[in-house]
Amino acid sequence: MRPDPIQRLDTTFFWDACERGEFLAQKCEPCNKLWHPPRPMCPDCHSLEKSTQNLSGKATILSWVRQVRPASFGFKESPIVILVELEEGLRMVSNLVGDEPPEIGDPVEVDFAKTSGGKAVPVFKKVAS
Amino acid sequence: MVAASQQACIVGIGQTEFSKASGRSEQQLAAEAVLRACQDAGVDPKSIDGMTTFSLDNSDEVDIMRSLGCEEIKYTTRLPQGGAASVATIVHAKNAVESGICDTFLIFRAMNERSQYRFGQPHFNISPDAHSSTFMEWCFPFGAQTPAAWEALSCGPYLNKYGVTSEDLGRIAVTFRKAAATNPASWFYEKPITLDDHQNSRWIVEPTLRLLDCCQESDGGVAIIITRADKAKDLMQMPVRILGAEYSMLFNHEIISDFYAGDLIRNENSEIVADRLEASTGIAPKDTNVAMIYDNFTPQILRQLEGFKYCGIGEAKDYVKDGHLELDGKTPLSPNGGLMGEGYIHGMNNITEGVRQVRGQAANQIENANTAFIASGVAGAIIGK
Ligand SMILES: [Zn+2]
Repeated sequence: MRPDPIQRLDTTFFWDACERGEFLAQKCEPCNKLWHPPRPMCPDCHSLEKSTQNLSGKATILSWVRQVRPASFGFKESPIVILVELEEGLRMVSNLVGDEPPEIGDPVEVDFAKTSGGKAVPVFKKVAS
Repeated sequence: MVAASQQACIVGIGQTEFSKASGRSEQQLAAEAVLRACQDAGVDPKSIDGMTTFSLDNSDEVDIMRSLGCEEIKYTTRLPQGGAASVATIVHAKNAVESGICDTFLIFRAMNERSQYRFGQPHFNISPDAHSSTFMEWCFPFGAQTPAAWEALSCGPYLNKYGVTSEDLGRIAVTFRKAAATNPASWFYEKPITLDDHQNSRWIVEPTLRLLDCCQESDGGVAIIITRADKAKDLMQMPVRILGAEYSMLFNHEIISDFYAGDLIRNENSEIVADRLEASTGIAPKDTNVAMIYDNFTPQILRQLEGFKYCGIGEAKDYVKDGHLELDGKTPLSPNGGLMGEGYIHGMNNITEGVRQVRGQAANQIENANTAFIASGVAGAIIGK
């Protein structure tokens, strides 16, 4: 079973949304800049007024690995780790789920996986071609 | 630039043995390394008046002072970004002495990263708000939990784009181990490897890093003493001048988990450092006589060779294959065997080797080594006679 995400005051909204099945990123309310990972302040206009934007969940695989030794802690079997670029231009580390092998450049779409403590994280599966 | 008499010089280097079980505390390793560096230089440890180390070092400044009897410290700082801090310490040391704040500046790093904790294994006790922690928070629940996993993930696009094979990476490991084999201070002394050994070594992270692509967790301590040229001339060793030392940390970039900015191909921060070094010293890194480039994992060498402009983008695998990094090559790399071959004291033992090369005291001495380039990704320095 997958370990729970590490949650912080500045990031807990992201993981809480995953539990509700929502995939979102932080957005600056005044200037609409979108970013990931979350942060307390907009790096462009320095506003503290933040909102969130739902993401399309469409992404492309930029890179993949599988941690063999030591095996990934908390998992029955080390998962395929992917770095994805989201349609909105943000990047994120996640997993490829399903039986298909990872390929750089492949399109994927978001899904959610439960963690051992009942939380959820975003994972990706290949888009049927 | 400061007057020649005020230029920062490395005057003392000290290190313990490198092992997998030091049998003593990290504080003791630090104290022993500092004492050796002071003895090498011929300075009284009590006169140390400034110091820096890594934010990850466990030995407190108070305790270093308590063991060495340092009377007063006028300037201390701790540097972020893991091993990338190694050459960044030189930037701070240079500034501390050339500004006149400090006369006898100490850099130290000591770790029992093999016997006391496994540095390369997952750790759960990182306080997420205390340090930049995205390498944990945004990787851990996805099973990317080790430095090797983060490194491989960030290098994937580069390796894919330029068709870098496991054999290409293996040649880098073979080069390091060949040098280590003739350096009695190295862990892998008299233990060279072949490309077949590399290819047969087990996967650490698929599809990129085999066991022999990785540095090894090591126990040990390293210390360096820096002062100004006018003081250095009266000490025991030939002063090794810090001709230039530069640092660049760019927006939205991280160190090993550098996923969020840039094209994942170029090391832009290294390019900036190379340009600034050439502007300030008149010497490009590739025109120095020996290169000490941080080698936690083999792909790092390719991306830094390109970042520090030893060759063009995408050309590094051929640069290695053509033998330019060999000890008799155009730009010899890490004659101590690097962190992979000698030991992994978080990059610091590559700096002491650079100093030995310029002094002419190295086990695998490069002939006429007047200058050396030392680098750790975000930071680079050119040292010389
Ligand atoms: Zn804004």
